[in-house]
Amino acid sequence: MSVIRKYQFVSPAVKRVSQYLILPVAILVIWQLLSQAGLIKPLILPPPTKVAGAFWELLSSGQLPKHIWISILRVSEGFGLAALVGIVMGIGIGLSRTLDRLTDLVIQVLRPIPPIAWIPLAILWFGIDELSKIYIIFLGAFFPVFVNVIEGIRNTDQRFIEVARILEVPRWKLIRQVVIPGVLPYIMTGLRVSLGVAWMCVVAAELIAANQGVGYLINDARQLSQTDVVLVGMITIGVTGKVMDSMLKRLENRLVGWKISYSGD
Amino acid sequence: MQSPAGSTLVIQNLNKKFKTRENEIIALQDINLNIHQGEFISIVGRSGCGKSTLLRVIAGLENDYEGLVVLGNKQISRPGLDRGMVFQEHRLLPWLKIKDNVAFGLADNLGGEKIRIVQEHINLVGLTGFEKAYPHQLSGGMAQRVAIARALVNRPQVLLLDEPFGALDALTRIQMQQEILRIWEAEKTTMILVTHDIDEAVYLGDRVVVMSSRPGTVKKIVPVALARPRDRSSYDFIQIRKAIYSEFFADAEKPFAYAI
Ligand SMILES: Nc1ncnc2c1ncn2[C@@H]1O[C@H](COP(=O)(O)OP(=O)(O)O)[C@@H](O)[C@H]1O
Ligand SMILES: [Mg+2]
Repeated sequence: MSVIRKYQFVSPAVKRVSQYLILPVAILVIWQLLSQAGLIKPLILPPPTKVAGAFWELLSSGQLPKHIWISILRVSEGFGLAALVGIVMGIGIGLSRTLDRLTDLVIQVLRPIPPIAWIPLAILWFGIDELSKIYIIFLGAFFPVFVNVIEGIRNTDQRFIEVARILEVPRWKLIRQVVIPGVLPYIMTGLRVSLGVAWMCVVAAELIAANQGVGYLINDARQLSQTDVVLVGMITIGVTGKVMDSMLKRLENRLVGWKISYSGD
Repeated sequence: MQSPAGSTLVIQNLNKKFKTRENEIIALQDINLNIHQGEFISIVGRSGCGKSTLLRVIAGLENDYEGLVVLGNKQISRPGLDRGMVFQEHRLLPWLKIKDNVAFGLADNLGGEKIRIVQEHINLVGLTGFEKAYPHQLSGGMAQRVAIARALVNRPQVLLLDEPFGALDALTRIQMQQEILRIWEAEKTTMILVTHDIDEAVYLGDRVVVMSSRPGTVKKIVPVALARPRDRSSYDFIQIRKAIYSEFFADAEKPFAYAI
């Protein structure tokens, strides 16, 4: 091994970054070449250069920032509400068998209903504006956090509970110092899933009924056969979702840093 | 309930069964043991002979038993601050700093007193300067010291130690044995230590309780009438070690290091 290493010309960092980039660059090059050779119709899939042009145009006209901002706001509001309610309800129900039994059937029946199926009702109840979108996002983003919090509480390490019993630690302190910190990793996992669902919900809701937002932008472009704009919208959602997920990941690392070296024992 | 003179912990005709779906396991059968205030008791026995179960009964974690287990004239039925416990795994809360782990069992209404007690116990186990560290930053031996400090903050009358050094390397283990003796002498706590290391049992105990398995019973109680600090290579020490060893291996040749 060491002999081989000696003769490497590229530094490991450069090598790693290029490994990340090989696939996307290859896709773009092949896509571009196939389009120029006339093998793909521009209406079906316009070449990357055309998509880039549309992106630049939408960016400089302020259209894209306006729509993506609206969607980000909707996601943040619906997701934030879902996170808050999901964590609070999850902890309450996770800690109390009575609350659990009281709510279980209703929750189990509501849970399998896809948020998209709520869109007609949401429009009837809340109209076509912000509130109906936020409601849909809330419904979709609520369950992953909620379910994960309960799972986390049920998985509280019994060995710690024994230590607390021996030391006669009062219940509220047990909840604060043992149960809640133990649930934190589950909350973060739930939040990251929820955020993904929130993006699905906002786009779906905007595709069906909206006059603003990336979902609307995509749907509008489809009707005008502007496939390049459709692609710009899709890629923008992908990138924004990824950025928001990375932010959550960083928060997770800060909050549950103790976990890094703990998994072994 | 009257305990025999000088005894603080009295165990009489203790039986403990575990009922599983298929069968019933007799974990402890007819255990009789009187432990004096301030005594250091070692318990040795093969894995599965009921050592942990015995400690858990004394700790109050297992209350479904038959017989008498009396501490200071009170039958044990649940955990209490008069008993502390240290497990083989340190069981420190990974998200709390060392000082907060040590403070875990302290009541919150102690005010400034609390800080003093925590610091005192961190000093006692020789970890001054590590107050703000997290458990994952400590070695196994250090983590176990924190667990000992945590168990001692409420000044329990009895400290139960369930193979506390079993997972440590040989050199750290010897160091920890000396530490626990120092703490015992400073705190005058009654110590009940479970181990599968005969050398450790003899080095630490005033008496060594030898248990046999299936069902778990007390086979023999060996007094260790040796002055402290003890010399592990002295003739008397080795004789006692041999006697305990032969309780487990009737006539096989005796290896150099005695561990079960
Ligand atoms: N909670 C339990 N349920 C069923 N059986 C148990 C339980 N705890 C211990 N036992 C059984 O009781 C016996 C004694 O166990 P234990 O006290 O842990 O032994 P030791 O600590 O000496 O290794 C073993 O046979 C074990 O399988
Ligand atoms: Mg055991």
